[in-house]
Amino acid sequence: MSEKFDVIVVGAGPAGTSCAYVCAKNGLKVLQIERGEYPGSKNVMGGVLYRKQMEEIIPEFWKEAPLERPVIEQRFWMMDKESSVSFGYKGLEWGKEPYNNFTVLRAPFDQWFANKGVEQGVLLINETVVLECLTENGKVVGVRTDRPDGDVFADVVVLADGVNSLLAKQLGYHKEFRPDEVALTVMEVVNLTKDKINDRFNLEDNQGCTIEIFGDSTKGNLGTAFIYTNKESINIGVGTTLSSMIKAKMKPYDLLDYLKNHPMVRPLIEGGESAEYLAHLIPEGGYHSVPKVAGNGVLLVGDAAQLVNAIHREGSNMAMASGKMAAETIIEAKSRGDFSEASLNQYREALYQSFIIKDLEKYKDAAHTFEHYPQYFKEYVPMMNRAASKFFTVDGTPKKEKQKEIMKSFTSGRGTIRILQDMYRAWKAVK
Amino acid sequence: MHIVVCVKQVPDTKIIKINPKTNTLDRRSAPAILNPYDAHAVQEAVKIKKELGKGTISVLSMGPPQATAVIKKSIEIGADRGFLISDRAFAGADTLATSYALSKALGRISKEMPVDLIMCGKHAIDGDTGQVGPGIARRLDIPPVTNVIEVSELNESENKVLLKRKIMNGYELIQAQIPCLLTVEKDINSIEYAPMSNMIKAARYEPVIWSVNDLEDVDRTQLGLKGSPTIVGKMFTPPKPEGGKRLEGTPEEQVKQLMGLLSDKKELFLSQ
Repeated sequence: MSEKFDVIVVGAGPAGTSCAYVCAKNGLKVLQIERGEYPGSKNVMGGVLYRKQMEEIIPEFWKEAPLERPVIEQRFWMMDKESSVSFGYKGLEWGKEPYNNFTVLRAPFDQWFANKGVEQGVLLINETVVLECLTENGKVVGVRTDRPDGDVFADVVVLADGVNSLLAKQLGYHKEFRPDEVALTVMEVVNLTKDKINDRFNLEDNQGCTIEIFGDSTKGNLGTAFIYTNKESINIGVGTTLSSMIKAKMKPYDLLDYLKNHPMVRPLIEGGESAEYLAHLIPEGGYHSVPKVAGNGVLLVGDAAQLVNAIHREGSNMAMASGKMAAETIIEAKSRGDFSEASLNQYREALYQSFIIKDLEKYKDAAHTFEHYPQYFKEYVPMMNRAASKFFTVDGTPKKEKQKEIMKSFTSGRGTIRILQDMYRAWKAVK
Repeated sequence: MHIVVCVKQVPDTKIIKINPKTNTLDRRSAPAILNPYDAHAVQEAVKIKKELGKGTISVLSMGPPQATAVIKKSIEIGADRGFLISDRAFAGADTLATSYALSKALGRISKEMPVDLIMCGKHAIDGDTGQVGPGIARRLDIPPVTNVIEVSELNESENKVLLKRKIMNGYELIQAQIPCLLTVEKDINSIEYAPMSNMIKAARYEPVIWSVNDLEDVDRTQLGLKGSPTIVGKMFTPPKPEGGKRLEGTPEEQVKQLMGLLSDKKELFLSQ
């Protein structure tokens, strides 16, 4: 006879662990099931952890969590073939408490976080795959694992099984992705000494830098590349929507190689040793792709609920916040003794009132706009580079004339009307 | 039947890196795991208990507090309970001091429940010495049987066990008196995929942790670094094998060449 839990959480990433942690802290009996050898062994993200949402779960986590560097500088590059227009912000206040965000390596961080849950009483089981949700009269009552006598039961099952949530698909909440709804990101962890990183990125020991790169980093396709500094390694990666990859007949690892050998990027990683190679699907459908998130005895959190802000590259923070909201809903549902869809829909309401859905809604047409009108990445980035080159090259031409020429080169390329159209469209998409 | 399995937490040597300067293992470069041979020892104990239909399996380990992870792993495989001896006094122990400390812990375990069988892996993958098992047997004055590949017959009423052990060119059958100590090879069994109930039990399980003060009649000079006469003279990484022959051509051609080379080496197929 299998015992019954209050909550079963499937997955030990940021969303699942946030939910399990908060539930256990409030006295619920929680079973968390992870398919990897340990939490974090199968998890992938670019590598930036946002302080705010983590702090709401574990205050002052930076005092003990295995973090790499606090991010004190964010750079943005509009990159062309042999040039780049960049802007950014560096603030030393981000290097002090309470910090802004941190670079992290997922394997140690997720392990630490899951272990905090275990300290609160979560029963964490690794190396176990959940095959399906068990349902009874339309209500999810537990899960079936791949282990002998593998059925376990609970009042609520939380699906935190990632972007390609097979369990949500089985329940009919997800459909198969369209290629423009997911991005494929490939990344490498490149080992470099601390001194080299500090020199190349103009940092001190406990300072980190992130660079987001647009334009030629994806050969002008919809997507971005990133470079994040860890203590003694660098995360470098690039992602584009599957649809643009198919259209441009690009292979993801070729694109990463292209990026690593780009003259603007190569000097930063020169001499580094590739330590890890990772690839991950990222839901980018945004607002339009958010599935049903609450059902009878079941909730979806994090990537499984497609909660990713593609424009701002935020995902882990939404995962944590959604995990916490799910937990709060479950705690109240438990006090009412009602785990029906109507009762659990409180989670959906919380989600829709929070920054998560509001942000996703703000950008609901952005990815689509940029995908549909490739000129933003393909034409404007090179145009900006040409303009900057012209403006900053000292060649005896009066500056006023240069400005005129630049304006002319803009309008002669795409025409004034089309530029105005493009600007309006972009503004509408992100306003 | 009360079986005690001695287990050790080791770095996963499949992926561990060697510090090129000191020639020592860089333990941070690999996750800590249950020594694979010990896992087979636990699995064999589970098998014996299942066949007898009754019994208790205890696991015993020595190490830092985080070594409780290998006890939990043993519970997943099917052990009933676990003990960890953990104390600064044990630190830096070689095989002599380790077997001394473990035999003292076994003394305490058997006081509460007499021990019939002690099982160990044939060696730990980080040290490869294979001395701790026989060292324990010697101190407890029971027969050690090393390199066991099969527990062929276990007669509880006559306190006898028939064992198959691996030797250079085959195996030998040995009958041993219970209590005795076995060290096992990997071939003895395959690790089964543990049932969900074991996983939940292991996740919940809190191993008993003993310090040196919890053990009786301990001569502290025989513990830890003090009790370890082993001196490491020199450490080196074995050189990569050289020589050999590289086959060129398409896969089909290479296979053809390989088959030709193999069929010329008749001695490969004649032994056993």
